[in-house]
Amino acid sequence: MAAMAFADIALPRELSPGERALRRLLRRRGAMVGLAVVVFFVALAIFASWIAPYDPLATSWSAVRKAPTAAHWFGTDEIGRDVLSRVIWGTRASLLAGLVSVGISLAIGVPVGLLAGYVGGWVDMLISRITDAMLACPFLVLAIALAAFLGPSLTNAMIAIGIAATPAFVRLARAQVLAVKVEDYIEAARAVGNSDWRIALRHVFPNIVAPVIVQATLAIAAAVIAEASLSFLGLGQQPPAPSWGSMLNTAKNYVENAPWMAVWPGVSIFLLVLSFNLLGDGLRDALDPRHT
Amino acid sequence: MLKPIAAAIAAAVLATPLAGAQTLRIGLAEDPDVLDPTLARTFVGRIVFASLCDKLVDIDKDLKIVPQLATSWEWSKDQKSLTMKIRQGVTFHDGEKLDAAAVKFNIERHKTMQGSNRRGELAPVTGVDVVDPYTVRLNLAAPFAPLVAQLADRSGMMVSPKAAQAAGEKFSAHPVCAGPFKFVDRIAQGKISLERFSNYWNKGAIHFDKVTYEPVVDPTVRLANLKSGQLDFIERVNPSDMPALKGDAKLKAAKIVEIGYQGITINIGKSEESQKTALGKDPRVREAFELSLDRDAIVQVAMDGEAVAGNQWVAPTNAWYAKSEPIPKRDVNRAKALLREAGVTNPSFTLLTPTTADAQRVAQVVQSMAKDAGFDVKIQLTEFATTLNLADKGQYEAFVLAWSGRADPDGNVYSHLVSKQPLNYAGYANAEFDKTITESRETNDATQRAKLFEQAAKLEHRDRPIVYLYHRQWLWAHTSRLQGFRPIPDGMVRLQDLKLN
Amino acid sequence: MSFILRRLGAIVPTLFFVSVMIFGLQQLLPGDPAIAMAGEERDPNVVAYLRGKFHLDEPLPVRYGYWLKGVVQGDLGESVRIQRPVTELILEKLPITLELAGIAMAIALVIGIGAGIVSAVYKDTWIDYVANVFALWGLSTPNFWLGILLILLFAVKLGWLPASGYVSPFEDLGENLRSMILPAFVLGNALAAVLMRHTRSAMLQVLSSDYVRTARAKGLDERVVILRHALRNALIPVVTLTALQLGELLSGAVLTEQVFSIPGFGKLIVDAVFNRDYSVVQGVVLFTASAYIVLNLLADVAYVLINPRMRA
Repeated sequence: MAAMAFADIALPRELSPGERALRRLLRRRGAMVGLAVVVFFVALAIFASWIAPYDPLATSWSAVRKAPTAAHWFGTDEIGRDVLSRVIWGTRASLLAGLVSVGISLAIGVPVGLLAGYVGGWVDMLISRITDAMLACPFLVLAIALAAFLGPSLTNAMIAIGIAATPAFVRLARAQVLAVKVEDYIEAARAVGNSDWRIALRHVFPNIVAPVIVQATLAIAAAVIAEASLSFLGLGQQPPAPSWGSMLNTAKNYVENAPWMAVWPGVSIFLLVLSFNLLGDGLRDALDPRHT
Repeated sequence: MLKPIAAAIAAAVLATPLAGAQTLRIGLAEDPDVLDPTLARTFVGRIVFASLCDKLVDIDKDLKIVPQLATSWEWSKDQKSLTMKIRQGVTFHDGEKLDAAAVKFNIERHKTMQGSNRRGELAPVTGVDVVDPYTVRLNLAAPFAPLVAQLADRSGMMVSPKAAQAAGEKFSAHPVCAGPFKFVDRIAQGKISLERFSNYWNKGAIHFDKVTYEPVVDPTVRLANLKSGQLDFIERVNPSDMPALKGDAKLKAAKIVEIGYQGITINIGKSEESQKTALGKDPRVREAFELSLDRDAIVQVAMDGEAVAGNQWVAPTNAWYAKSEPIPKRDVNRAKALLREAGVTNPSFTLLTPTTADAQRVAQVVQSMAKDAGFDVKIQLTEFATTLNLADKGQYEAFVLAWSGRADPDGNVYSHLVSKQPLNYAGYANAEFDKTITESRETNDATQRAKLFEQAAKLEHRDRPIVYLYHRQWLWAHTSRLQGFRPIPDGMVRLQDLKLN
Repeated sequence: MSFILRRLGAIVPTLFFVSVMIFGLQQLLPGDPAIAMAGEERDPNVVAYLRGKFHLDEPLPVRYGYWLKGVVQGDLGESVRIQRPVTELILEKLPITLELAGIAMAIALVIGIGAGIVSAVYKDTWIDYVANVFALWGLSTPNFWLGILLILLFAVKLGWLPASGYVSPFEDLGENLRSMILPAFVLGNALAAVLMRHTRSAMLQVLSSDYVRTARAKGLDERVVILRHALRNALIPVVTLTALQLGELLSGAVLTEQVFSIPGFGKLIVDAVFNRDYSVVQGVVLFTASAYIVLNLLADVAYVLINPRMRA
């Protein structure tokens, strides 16, 4: 009787943890600004061919290193190409560098980390030693060696950065699995007879999503910078295709007599990376159950 | 009343010698390799040697040979031996005497030491005789005209036999030579410090107590160092930075056309790869490629005008340039016609490009120009070690190549274009060309050599294993307090008669 | 105790993996040092000589064996390019890189922890955002770019600091410190951002803890609460994490040293990779990896010792 009475009362629907996290995220202004900027750049990358005023590869001997004018809003570069168009098209390379390399890290790192944490034993030991070894190597040195081995190209730079960043995800995934593994509800699920797979998917996996997303966002930011660094050493995007990193690398020779060549790719890298960082920080705050 | 005047005079008198504790700080574009003239292999190392190790002879700005450690030389009648008189009173940094025996020791060291990079340069020398304490005779298997010019470079550098024998392989850790400055210290990839050698034979021409060389790889940072006063002298200024130097009263620029060249080497026979592209297979396609290029525009756009267009292994300003083979003008229509004639549509090839800024610019300009004639040039940045490897194996289609140059034109062409020579990356194998160039080294008659070089140039232009593009200006910048700098086409920084005010 | 022993035991296999990995990777690099080192003249005799001297024609496992044998005897091989023992090069450059990393770390701590505290205390206000962006700024700009801009501003325009280069502290301490400021700042910048994050998150955690609530309830002045109670606890994880950032510093040092012409490890490694100077890369990576692993271990030990909760 009493139970039925209770059921009649309309209670406000309780928000799911996901919805609560989203609310928290939306409230953090820094993260929202970051998200907006990222969306803006993604749009720029997708619609580059419609937005860019000129062909980014079109050279002009008479318009070498011209300051910004009405015809060329951001000026021209060292062989007469329009800087604005190159910055717009370069968004693709830089975004790809960030997204693809982190994609690789996720695709390899998370499953491997899950495996190590879940299975344990000598598999865990082997994976952990290899991961530690990779982490002990300075990230950039690893990336340089990999990129030099694969050959200079944007794709190879992405692969190199992705592989060099993988150990961080392995560690993260493994740590999360280890933390969750000892929880009571896992024991309970197993006692009830759920298969390992089911446990992994339904219980372990959702718990690692949050920190992995945060780490991924921050890793994208680092990857964009890494692409610029590799370009500085001649290992990134190949000319004449534009990427902010290689544009910055070329432009550093003209900082005093053609500063517009450097300003715009530099500002773009800064904005994009800062936005990913803000977004990542916001996500971390939002998804962290300890904060309200 | 007299006291202050006397004090002022005294101060002035005393100040002058004190002001002599001068250091010249030079900024280099790269880190030099081993400081042993026998083992050395980089251009930038030679800049340090210019202060550290004197050579038998030197060159002047017109590429004429002038005496240094040797005072005079002459060829025998059969041109098969070179007798040189050695300057008397010269000592090495460790006090040992420079005499004919020391010269003999050095030449033999260059020829026999393990890992010596001078062997090829001194290959024609079969033996050295000590005629008297200050006369040597170099004996050759056959006449070799470039020999004296070789002795104006590392092959002619003299190290102290005592120090070399004592140190063996480790000589480069503390080199002992006979130049105006002696070695003090070197931080690997950092500063190289030298100090004045008080017994230098030409000490009157040296006005510094210390010289330091510091590698600053980035040209913008190198120039920043000069502007902020950390360095007094820098080499290889960015061409685009030159105009601004004109307006700066505190700095001065200097330039001279190099003895080297910049060009594109094409794989025409180094391996089967050469047959994979139309460019490698068909000389008409190569001619079309050359005709699609406007060298003056390349110089203007890629090098900001700080270069001289060229189409031979020596610059048009060089005495050995064959005037009968002038630089062709851009002719896109003819290029297209040639391609049609060769039955080739949209020829494509991959151009390996070094990662340096100017090579990248040149490659992109070339790509753009060649496109007008129908060429699809793919640029591939490769770093140095990989390029050498690929070139050596012939696993490439074309690459952008620079050669630092040698005083004698033979040094710019023999190794590169004669069959089976180590630097013949193109795989050029033309017996007539080989014969012509070999003959040119075996006679000391300048007119005869000029004619032979002309013939060789004609052959090269028919086959185009290398498409020469331009010759850079060596660009230096220094504080305007520095006086007396003499630009020489080999790109070296000679400290004789250099003064800092 | 067993925890420490287990970690110690893990060091050797990890180092083994590091060396195998780097060795293998280098061998995969196209081009070989003999040709790269033979220089402009490319004398075939020299190439052959170098190949013989450095065992370049032998199979991979054999070469690794030679190297390993040397390592056990304390000989890390010789640089093909400069012809000096790798051990000597490491010892020569270690103090330089340590000094750079040390100053960078100090700068990072000041900026990072400072910004982290401010950001946590004034959470969600505009001060929080400004501190955030200020610290993140370092992570959001490529090292080399920031370096060049700073050189142009402080060395050329203002003339306050040297543009680049390194002066030994024994030669001129003042010049040494002046030449370290800009590169250390560039290096420390990125690290500051990471430290800010950790500090902020640790502070937030501590500020909402019972311990702090008690201190506040006792009526203690807010500043005392923050500085004396919250900070001390918050700094524990931060300090241990800091030690682990050595790897990051070394990574950043690679480019910073290139731009500022500082002859440290970073520059040594980059040049070695590009010149296929295998022994140098092997030696330096092994050395830095060892340092990283040992620091890791020390950090973990420190964490266990300092954190009273974990001891129980």
